Amino acid sequence: MSMHEISIAESLVAVAEQKARDLNSRPIQVIKVRLGEFTTIAREALEFAFEIASQGTLAEFARLEIEIVPMVVRCVVCETDTKPMNGIRLICTECGFPMEIISGEELQIEYIEIETEEERLQWNESLSKLMS
Amino acid sequence: MERVPVQTNVLNANQETAAMNRQMFEEQSLLVMNLMSSPGAGKTTLLEATIKALQGKVRLAVIEGDLQTDLDAQRIQALGVRSHQITTGTVCHLDARMVARALSVFPVDALDLLVIENVGNLICPSSFDLGENLRVVVCSVAEGADKPKKYPVMFNKANVIVINKIDLAAASDVDLKELEANVRDVSPRATIFSLSCKTGVGFGNWTSWLEQAIRLHSAAALAIA
Repeated sequence: MSMHEISIAESLVAVAEQKARDLNSRPIQVIKVRLGEFTTIAREALEFAFEIASQGTLAEFARLEIEIVPMVVRCVVCETDTKPMNGIRLICTECGFPMEIISGEELQIEYIEIETEEERLQWNESLSKLMS
Repeated sequence: MERVPVQTNVLNANQETAAMNRQMFEEQSLLVMNLMSSPGAGKTTLLEATIKALQGKVRLAVIEGDLQTDLDAQRIQALGVRSHQITTGTVCHLDARMVARALSVFPVDALDLLVIENVGNLICPSSFDLGENLRVVVCSVAEGADKPKKYPVMFNKANVIVINKIDLAAASDVDLKELEANVRDVSPRATIFSLSCKTGVGFGNWTSWLEQAIRLHSAAALAIA
């Protein structure tokens, strides 16, 4: 694994944690990420790095849900859309003009799922009962 | 469970710092180049030759990024050019914050060109905006003709691609035309220079292009998105 997934996982946890902190520091249960095919980030490496980066944070027990966004390119001239398969070629096979990438470069946190206030109170209550 | 929308780019914090760097560079009408390649493609050699060619014409400084050692900064200083070394330890790329920190101790006023030589790596640096105007990627024929296809993101995001060591094409059994076509396939809009820093073939095209870019930029006429 190249090390950049660690940096990316740290940023990912920081963004999600900031959001949860704004909401009474409720623990995060799910982090939903959209990851484009045309990035240098490998899903498995990101999942592994997330396990490390999330330790001791509000995302420690969160499930990371990664949706892979396929790469789609479009010719700037004839507007043909293609999904490059084997080997990226950004020159249109129809007319020879450059193609632009219209999806596949995403690295975005869509949403997080956190405990509701109710769930948290219930949890705290049963915890204190157990302790007494 | 409660779903809370976030809709934020994971690299948001880096992009914000990069925007601050960029604004600072703009205020000084400084052209900033992020120079990237795999290890050994010839970034520092290209830089040394470029410095020699532009000496007396262009005021420039260099920020060097490496995992360890300040060998590259020393090579630049030996040419009488100010340089600052960032050692990243184990991190495989420079990020905007490292550059911002360097800028707090390394003044870049009264310059025409700042070159930031990134850590030698064709993967990680492509994700991290530093606030540069120009992304320049160097590849050498000795690496083989297929590298643009194997590392398309890095090449795709480059404004300029320098194919170095063309004097070694025959010895490396590489067809330069094939390599150039592979570069164009993944980066159809990039400006491509094929050259050899060793023999000087093609080198003049690169330096005159760069000189013109610097001139146009200081005239605030170069609008690069």
